[in-house]
Amino acid sequence: MLWSALDILTQANFWAATIRIATPLIFGVLGALLCERAGVLNLGIEGIFVAGAMSGWLAVYLGLPLWGGVLVAAGTGALFGLLHGILTVPLGLSQHVTGIGVTLLATSVAYFGYRVAFPNVATPPRIEAFPPLDLPVLGDLPFIGPILAQQTAFTVLAFACVGILALILARTPLGLALRAVGDNPEAVEAQGLSVVGLRIGAVMAGSALMALGGAFLTLSAFNAFYFGMINGRGWVCIALTVFASWRPGKALLGALLFGALDAYQLRLQTITGGAVPSQIFLMLPYVFSIAALVLVARRADYPRALMKPYFKGQR
Amino acid sequence: MIRFIPRERTPVWLTVAVSVGAGLAALLLTAIPLALSGAPVLGAFVLMAKGALGDGFALAETLTRATPLIFTGLAAAVAFRAKLWNIGAEGQLYAGALATVALGAGLIEAPAYVLVPLVLIGAALAGAALLLVPVLFKTRFGADEVVVTLLMNFIVLLFVQMMLEGPMKDEMAMGWPQSAPVLDEATLPKLITGLRLHWGLVIAVISALLLHVFITRTVWGFRIRAVGENARAARYAGLPVGKAMALVGLLSGGLAGLAGASEVAGLKGYLTADLSPGFGYAGIVVATLANLSPLGVIPSAIFVAGVFVGADSMSRAIGVSNYLADLVVALALLSVLVGGLLTRFRIVLVRREAV
Amino acid sequence: MHPDPRPLVLSLSGITKRFGPLTANDHIDLDVRAGEIVALLGENGAGKTTLMSILFGHYVADEGVVHIAGPDGQLSALPGGSAEAALAAGIGMVHQHFALAENLTGFENIVLGTQSLWTLGLRRGAARAKLERLITESGLATDLDVPVARLSVGEQQRIEILKALYRDVRVLILDEPTAVLTPQEADGLAATVRTLAAKGLAVIFISHKLHEVLALCERVVVLRGGAKVADQPTLGASRASLAELMVGRPIPARERPPANPGAPVLVLRGVSVGAPDQRDRLQGADLEVRAGEIVGIAGVSGNGQGALAQLVAGLASPRAGEALIAGLRASRADPAGRIAAGIGRIPEDRHRDGTIGALTVAENYVLETIAAPENQRAGLIRRDDIRRRAARAIADYDVRCPGPDAAVRALSGGNMQKVVLARVLERAPRLVLAHQPTRGLDIGATTDVHRRLIAARDRGAAVLLISEDLDELFALSDRIAVVHAGHLSAAMDTAGLDIRTVGLMMAGHAAEEAA
Repeated sequence: MLWSALDILTQANFWAATIRIATPLIFGVLGALLCERAGVLNLGIEGIFVAGAMSGWLAVYLGLPLWGGVLVAAGTGALFGLLHGILTVPLGLSQHVTGIGVTLLATSVAYFGYRVAFPNVATPPRIEAFPPLDLPVLGDLPFIGPILAQQTAFTVLAFACVGILALILARTPLGLALRAVGDNPEAVEAQGLSVVGLRIGAVMAGSALMALGGAFLTLSAFNAFYFGMINGRGWVCIALTVFASWRPGKALLGALLFGALDAYQLRLQTITGGAVPSQIFLMLPYVFSIAALVLVARRADYPRALMKPYFKGQR
Repeated sequence: MIRFIPRERTPVWLTVAVSVGAGLAALLLTAIPLALSGAPVLGAFVLMAKGALGDGFALAETLTRATPLIFTGLAAAVAFRAKLWNIGAEGQLYAGALATVALGAGLIEAPAYVLVPLVLIGAALAGAALLLVPVLFKTRFGADEVVVTLLMNFIVLLFVQMMLEGPMKDEMAMGWPQSAPVLDEATLPKLITGLRLHWGLVIAVISALLLHVFITRTVWGFRIRAVGENARAARYAGLPVGKAMALVGLLSGGLAGLAGASEVAGLKGYLTADLSPGFGYAGIVVATLANLSPLGVIPSAIFVAGVFVGADSMSRAIGVSNYLADLVVALALLSVLVGGLLTRFRIVLVRREAV
Repeated sequence: MHPDPRPLVLSLSGITKRFGPLTANDHIDLDVRAGEIVALLGENGAGKTTLMSILFGHYVADEGVVHIAGPDGQLSALPGGSAEAALAAGIGMVHQHFALAENLTGFENIVLGTQSLWTLGLRRGAARAKLERLITESGLATDLDVPVARLSVGEQQRIEILKALYRDVRVLILDEPTAVLTPQEADGLAATVRTLAAKGLAVIFISHKLHEVLALCERVVVLRGGAKVADQPTLGASRASLAELMVGRPIPARERPPANPGAPVLVLRGVSVGAPDQRDRLQGADLEVRAGEIVGIAGVSGNGQGALAQLVAGLASPRAGEALIAGLRASRADPAGRIAAGIGRIPEDRHRDGTIGALTVAENYVLETIAAPENQRAGLIRRDDIRRRAARAIADYDVRCPGPDAAVRALSGGNMQKVVLARVLERAPRLVLAHQPTRGLDIGATTDVHRRLIAARDRGAAVLLISEDLDELFALSDRIAVVHAGHLSAAMDTAGLDIRTVGLMMAGHAAEEAA
């Protein structure tokens, strides 16, 4: 049995699943870190995942092309981000409680909307999801090929977002301003930039990324919307953000690590053949997230202005 | 442009007005999705009101639903007062429910005056113990309790499922994953025969009164308020910050655990994995609507319970999804947060100001 | 007086700003010419901050206009309420608390906001060249490529000034720029300011250190109660005359009866506090403070006085050495134990450490003693007794507030400090720790704090006074010790001690070479 437990690591299927599980988390962690780098904790993430999953899927179901659904999801996320941003930035309300409120609102809007659209369906309606990549040359490589052949263009977008966000933060005037506003908003205001504008913008963009994480589930990983399908993925992203020290590169690493663990426990479940209750395996990802958080929390270099509301002219 | 000027004191009537206003605002805002869904807006609200308060049965049902919400609302109120962001009341509720079944379903045989208190204490301790873990992680390692308590909710629910499919499974339940029923001696009696309303409500109201006295009148309550408002200054002044936090954790987790005991021993009689339709999360709304006042939690829990019961009833009558209730509750939370600005600041309109 | 030939760069006329019933600025006129260094003097609440906030676009004036010269020298009205407009018009300000993002480098802080947010890359070359030129011209040498968090306060201030210069400011406002510097660093800053003024920069210098104003500025404007009460050349003015203008009445010379020291109350022998790599730490400190004397600790903030205060207050424990505090062997961090031993502690930051803003005056008054028998019975708070005693303390300490049930948050800084003083001094402590007890207070409140510290000393308390204000230290202390880079000098008698000597020691010179 030990042999078969190790053998999992050599299967292309396992690595393909790792990437598939990691993809929504990559979006989620990037979104969370963008908000937090600007100084705003966005606990709306769980609900924004749900809203993104539902709105993107519904748009495609109603006839939009797949990428149109992706845009609709991002727009939905940005809208909830705008709400969270207005409440926490200029109004300075508690980021914790507001975030929970946004999660409750986004979730109930999505569920209510779904029930309005489909009052009585036994089996959830389906769409034609993103097709697997058909890559010349790369697809023919041994081992790598089969892994890539199971991914979709949506996953490529996630990996691209990592690079783009890393570049923006490190190399552009905008990135400079975002990093500064999460450290000392006064520095930003003194240089003639708008703290409120930067923060709301960051929360909207971050929330759009979170919504893409949800949309990946309904447009690529599955082809339908289910109640409870997010199941804590958003909260996991908040933990992974601390683990990733607010860096896009490490966010990718953290998401892949989490994906590997989750994929591994799923396969371990089948080879133990029911000797261990399945719930033990299902707990592992959550336990892992908590452990990751506890391990890095002391050394974590939180953005200095995180969760500190800023009011103009108040020094 | 608008200026916020901090208030020295907030009159009580204003706090109450803000909460009531937020509830009304939430109902009004819900009219929009309701209208979009094509339902008769006014008719739906009338049905909701009737379903929640229309007659004795409806009222009793609302109070029954309010019972666990008072407990989880108190759990959130005491924690949030101390800025301990316990979002894990859902998990602590299940921990209390597990303890109730473990102690009350046959393990111990004793008369009711022994077994009922035992079950309640056991449930409170189980909830408290569960919250001590994130509190320790917070004080020892600096791990944010929000994420830890949230994630623990999922772990606890999986644990409950595991117990219900394994050691706690009722063999008589024909394959359904549910626990054996609690003994009659461990059951909280009904308040009125023929209604589902039970003694859990009385215990919940007494808990609210005791918590109010504790927070406003006792030394430890004072310490908890001081730590919550400014932990640095409290530490500087020699107050036992760590102990105060641990005490808050015990109280908050214990109250949430009682919610589980009350639901199992007072209402359902046995434990299933769908015992709570999100009472833990709704407790956050209840507490926030009550402006974190233990006494305010009682009316605010009744309001939230009424929304749920009314929405269920309306949903059965005209087929509008009862997720509408979640919508009202979420909007009430956000409305009261915005309204809270009125209690903390005087809002003055002035001539154009710095932009 | 013959007309000044230098062109006007800034002209404020009739600036008025009201906040409700309060008139913060009452028809203020102010002209500043190129190359001029103008001092703006006034107590807290005199209207300096409001005036500068209007100039900098944070507030809009109710009446009056600001004119600023363009690059061609033509005066034009500055649109109010826009920080962007103020920046674009060439107004720059260095605040007392620096507005720097500490996770960015100096270079990044300087270019922040100077390039369009929507360009793809940061253009470094041109920015670098311009900065190099500015550094050579002004002498503001500093490392631009390390995160600001790793720079000293003086270096951070240089980044702040470079930030303004990089934006081609024509008017530079310096808000209490020397508060955080050693006297020698302050001299360096003065030289820089003169250089910049000689090149045509107009400088507005906000300070309450009158000797600096007299030495550096050519003209002084005094605000009092929101109105301009003087606008005169510094030539011919004296510290006494300026102080009188600020306060509006003659200041009585402070008198201090000689100390009558008794037995040691605070004894440190070779005490080290804080990790060796920590910036604010104490290393092998020896100190004795006796009953009935005030010992002052001079030093630039962050050199170890914070660690010393933490040790005495009970927030830190000695890593090495022996500390006897009010008869207590202080071997661990234990604020409650220190309070019980009779140590009264006035913290540096009254908002963060000294008071709990959301609680009432009465509750803050009993914050340290809530468990004492006079405040509780069987765990229940004796609310009426507490309110009664708090009301008496409010009267005794002249706390201006609506009553014992008012939230402390709504009190002014001076009144907040009086609540702290009442709490600390009411219990007749054997040792008083006063850490920056008058920072940010106006002259009236400062005088009150000083009077009470001297009264505590005369009652027989040992007082440890930590301050960055040398005038305050010399006025109150019987002996003064200097802390630099974690090392505490021997305490020297204040009588006969030269303020320049202390300044040199604050910069790290040994006592012998400084003297």
